[in-house]
Amino acid sequence: MDLEQWTVGGRGFGAIFVFLLMAGEIYTTFSFLGGSGWAYGKGAPALYVLIYITLSYVLSYWLLPEIWRYAKENKLMSQSDFFVSKYKSPSLGILAALVGVVSMIPVIVVQLKGLGIIVSEASYGAISMSEAVWMGAISLTIYVMISGIHGSVWTAVIKDIMMVAIIGFLGIYLPIHYFGGFQPMFEAIDAAKPGFLKFPDQGLSVSWFISTVILLVFGFYMWPQVFSAVYSARSGKVFRKNAIISPLYTLMLLFVFFVGFTAILKVPGLVGADADLSLLRLSIETFDPWFIGIIGGAGLLTALVPGSMLLMSVATLLAKNVYKEFAPDVSDRHIVRLAKFLVPIIALIAVYFTLNGGETMSALILMGYSLITQLFPSLLFSLKRNNPINKFGAIAGIITGLAIVICITLSQSTIGTLFPSLPQAAKDLNVGIIALAVNFIVMITVSIAFRKHAVQLEPKSVNDI
Amino acid sequence: MKIIYILTLVPFIGILGFLPFVNKIEPYVLGMPFNMFWMAMWVVLTSAILGIMYKLDPRNREGDQE
Repeated sequence: MDLEQWTVGGRGFGAIFVFLLMAGEIYTTFSFLGGSGWAYGKGAPALYVLIYITLSYVLSYWLLPEIWRYAKENKLMSQSDFFVSKYKSPSLGILAALVGVVSMIPVIVVQLKGLGIIVSEASYGAISMSEAVWMGAISLTIYVMISGIHGSVWTAVIKDIMMVAIIGFLGIYLPIHYFGGFQPMFEAIDAAKPGFLKFPDQGLSVSWFISTVILLVFGFYMWPQVFSAVYSARSGKVFRKNAIISPLYTLMLLFVFFVGFTAILKVPGLVGADADLSLLRLSIETFDPWFIGIIGGAGLLTALVPGSMLLMSVATLLAKNVYKEFAPDVSDRHIVRLAKFLVPIIALIAVYFTLNGGETMSALILMGYSLITQLFPSLLFSLKRNNPINKFGAIAGIITGLAIVICITLSQSTIGTLFPSLPQAAKDLNVGIIALAVNFIVMITVSIAFRKHAVQLEPKSVNDI
Repeated sequence: MKIIYILTLVPFIGILGFLPFVNKIEPYVLGMPFNMFWMAMWVVLTSAILGIMYKLDPRNREGDQE
């Protein structure tokens, strides 16, 4: 088995396998616990999860076959390779890899949080949350060290089957059991919390929803592990075919929301990040311990499977697309050893953030997306035949975008606090959109400014790659 | 080819563009508040639209290896 066979499955996967591979990476413990958590805590705005995934499939119809064809023609293995090849710039490849690493850390934190919540809740509190996070991190590390990438594909299939079955059951059974049906449940919520089932006039308003969905659609395929899963397809047609059925699969999330909505009146009082506990708290109120065990088991898989893929991707990115660029002479065996060595270190970093941050899963996912979306403008332009953007513009744009996201996140600003005089609809825009817009402007300006420079460099650098 | 591009925009307009006008609870449809039903309906319609795009797109008539 050569490297191409191992990393991208020899580019021979058909529609069903690519569908399963991608679903395995897209539906994580976030869909299980975070989706119901937002329905519980925020109401209607939780619907963004359903919509951004659906609209991303529309984008995929055009985007993925283009990415796939270029990757096949140039025998690319990773997302970094794509940037290196398109912009003739190894530095941009390293930057893209680092953006991937930084963006995936919050997503790994989500999986650890999920593991912690599931273990501590399903043990009826016998194991504390922080003990459970440590146990989760250790088991995740061992799992990755033993199984590697390909072990996870079939576990991913089992995970998806279990998740769909359990979510479908809970989403139908719980509203009927407690309220006698869906409509009586929603009417009861509307009576108890007027306005909760509508988008509010400010905060998580309609304009927040639209800007967030657009941001997430742009970021959806920028995740390094999802991007390289594209390479594994047999043809570009695979993606156009999958785009048809994939939106229907997202309807599963409706049932996740139904669970969260049932919990509002049945297990009230979970505030802030505790909203993510709502699905399990409600299940514990309702079912016998043996069934909690089954729910917990499925929940563990939804955290372990994507968690292991993410850990592996981050470790491989650092070893192969960052370290190897600086030390091109090292052997592949050395790179694999380094990647394995990095797994526990990354897990430790994720544990640190899990135990020290009080964010909900949804907030973490949105942060990861704000970061990874910064790769989208330069990727989109690179698909044009005569790309007006050069590597200087791409690098400057990505770095500016990242800097803005980090500043905004650390200072906890919103557009409202930055520009208090704007109308309410503009204040509610997702801040990630600002970073993306500035990224875009900087990218174009710098590309024009350095146009001559890039033309002079080009013939020489082609031979370097 | 042109109609396919227009079809691509339809789900975005249907879901995001119409949101300000459908952000209400009544009437309930299939047990869901109207805004939630609207989105669920569009998820299904998006699937159908992508199916039509697939049929109209001449690239899909060729063999598996494009």
